[in-house]
Amino acid sequence: MAPTDNPHKPFGIDYAPAPESTAVVNIADTYGHFINGDFVEPSSGATFPTVNPATETHLANIADGSAEDVDRAVTAARGAFEGPWGQMPGSERGRYLFRIARQLQERSREFAVLETLDGGKPIRESRDLDLPLSAAWFFYYAGWADKLEYAFPNRAVAPHGVAGQIVPWNFPLMMAAWKLAPALAAGNTVVLKPAETTPLTALLLADVLQDIDLPPGVVNIVTGAGATGAAIVDNRGIDKLAFTGSTEVGKAIQRVASTRRIPLTLELGGKAAHIVFEDSAVDQAVEGVVTGIYSNQGHVCCAGSRLLVEESIADSFVERLRRRISTLRLGDPLDKNTDVGAINSADQLQRITDMVATGVSEGADLFQPECDLPDKGYWFPPSVFTGVQQSHTVAREEILGPVLTVQTFRTAEEAVEKANNTPYGLSAGIWTEKGSKILWMTEKLRAGVVWANTYNRFDPASPFGGYKESGFGREGGMHGLAPYLHERADVTGGGA
Amino acid sequence: MFVPTTGGGPVSTTPVDAVSLEARAAALCTRSIKTTSKRAALHTTIRCIDLTTLEGIDTPGKVASLCRKAVRPDPANPAIPSVAAVCVYPEMVEHAVAAVAGSGVAVASVAGAFPAGMSAPAVRVADIADAVGRGADEIDIVLNRSAFMSGDLGRAHDEIAAAREACGAAHLKVILETGELGSYDQVRRASMLAMAAGADFIKTSTGKIPKAATHPMVLNMAEAIRDYADQTGVVVGLKGAGGIRTAKQAWHHLVIVGETLGSEWLTPDLFRLGASSLLNDVLMQIQKLDTGRYSGPDYVTVD
Repeated sequence: MAPTDNPHKPFGIDYAPAPESTAVVNIADTYGHFINGDFVEPSSGATFPTVNPATETHLANIADGSAEDVDRAVTAARGAFEGPWGQMPGSERGRYLFRIARQLQERSREFAVLETLDGGKPIRESRDLDLPLSAAWFFYYAGWADKLEYAFPNRAVAPHGVAGQIVPWNFPLMMAAWKLAPALAAGNTVVLKPAETTPLTALLLADVLQDIDLPPGVVNIVTGAGATGAAIVDNRGIDKLAFTGSTEVGKAIQRVASTRRIPLTLELGGKAAHIVFEDSAVDQAVEGVVTGIYSNQGHVCCAGSRLLVEESIADSFVERLRRRISTLRLGDPLDKNTDVGAINSADQLQRITDMVATGVSEGADLFQPECDLPDKGYWFPPSVFTGVQQSHTVAREEILGPVLTVQTFRTAEEAVEKANNTPYGLSAGIWTEKGSKILWMTEKLRAGVVWANTYNRFDPASPFGGYKESGFGREGGMHGLAPYLHERADVTGGGA
Repeated sequence: MFVPTTGGGPVSTTPVDAVSLEARAAALCTRSIKTTSKRAALHTTIRCIDLTTLEGIDTPGKVASLCRKAVRPDPANPAIPSVAAVCVYPEMVEHAVAAVAGSGVAVASVAGAFPAGMSAPAVRVADIADAVGRGADEIDIVLNRSAFMSGDLGRAHDEIAAAREACGAAHLKVILETGELGSYDQVRRASMLAMAAGADFIKTSTGKIPKAATHPMVLNMAEAIRDYADQTGVVVGLKGAGGIRTAKQAWHHLVIVGETLGSEWLTPDLFRLGASSLLNDVLMQIQKLDTGRYSGPDYVTVD
């Protein structure tokens, strides 16, 4: 660019601080578990803190769930399943789901601010992505609740019973919505465990469930870390398990589940390839790559963490990318103009820092824009590795942070080969203006979701899930109902 | 693909993905502009306005009134800057030149068989030379869309190059009339063609058709300008015109240009907003910042 000496100098006009007010949220000192329609003290009395990762300030004390607590929750869920929820016609279940969806819309600002406080993601994303999609998931599955016989024609289906659901910290409310909505639409009751670093929006959801008079025990929320999750997986009263999180934990869960013949769905890690061809709409491809890896600080299982760019445009594309990254606004997640927020936890920051150090020591070239990181809190600048080879650790292992690796390819075949050469297979992206190339690539890519000329676009009607070590089972669409139902032997009539 | 150029190397143009372009523009339009930023944006907006009247019933009296407004937008508040230019038809240029003399406000004239451009090349050039002769500092011409859409990129290029020559020292703005070109791809290509033919500014619209300076369109043209600067080192300005009536629309244009090209572009030398009613909305917003209250349309002058 002619007018400036330093092409990577941050551009942009000066925006005055525009922080979203936190007056709308009311955080309690201490939260118990939500069991049988009420908040209850943990049996052990133990709690753990949850903090704001942008400031390291303490937000609340959270009940630490024991096996006993999980058992209480499962008992409550069993009671509701055998009681009112199990007897209820689908149309009535649907009405409760519609109410949840509407409440999420009405209280969306409160939920968005709380999500940002507890998790560090920019308010722009919690406001414009997490909340609208969470509500959309409940709206969508509300519509299925009385139409299961149309979803599975000529098959009589029934709910499993009590579903145990464990959700991650990257999209705390949205992942809870993805899990709860199909489970409830199908007629199950639920024991849900939010992640230990981000429990607050799930607990606020409990408030909504009370407000809409959801029968006690239909949804129970037990908070805690890995041990609490293990207690859910081990609990013999649970009829179906669903987990979203790391591949490592997913494998451990599958080991346990395999001893119990319990239906299981896993949505695990990813190392998605984002493939940019010479004939793409280049400026939009840059935007797509940036959205794909830097939104939510890269804490996205389907993040486009490996850029594969056609060698003929690689230099100019990387230059455009660097310039664009230099304009990203990192800082206070509550500021409406922030693009990149805080890393979710000290542990995750450590992992990202270690992975990036490994990338540098293995010889890849690191680019980070000039940007001031706040003094307190957990922060990592948007990062790009060039000169990356397939054998580099940063190109093989999931980082779940704002770190992009750049590799080049010469032919479409080579792009597919490199893209598929990973134990993961959750998602992929293609940028080309040539439709036939999109279709050809889509057939060859071993990934559960393939986006063409867009990225990280979600829709409740569209199934989402992985190949290989990215898991199995689908969430979203009719496909997302199936894991929460089994075929009934006593065929006498319509659906559940 | 490549567009014709005048000397120099080849200039290539890239396709544009409409969905992603519009999504990016919409995201930029969620930028929150508050307090000091809002005041700065409102002042920058005024400094970049081409205050425009392009009517068949324009008269010396009307132009004199417009010019007074251009020089001193708010008679009650001398801290409000003058606009960048007034924009008129060639017949009104001398009146405008006389009215703004010594103020620093430039006079822009549409020319070259505005707004269709459907006249013989010699006539278009003569029209431009006439406006320059009357004292216009800046000339706004239209792209020959007939040539462009029929695939005669050579002629479309050559007419702009001829206009460039006829302008002499005057600045040349080339109007693409984006609402007629049918796709972002075509606008991107027309932008590159106009720049390669010597435009100092590329401009969205004549203001004579409904589809005009939308935010995605301005983003598309800003990306073309960035691309052209990357390929040639030549810096070209951007003018949005048509349908920009509110201060909020205007500051979103500032955000788009600022975040795409850099804040260096947010000066009258490289960025303009062609408008007539916009100025009063900006003045009302400034009054709101000053007093904390909205006053109303009777507290700004209608010129």
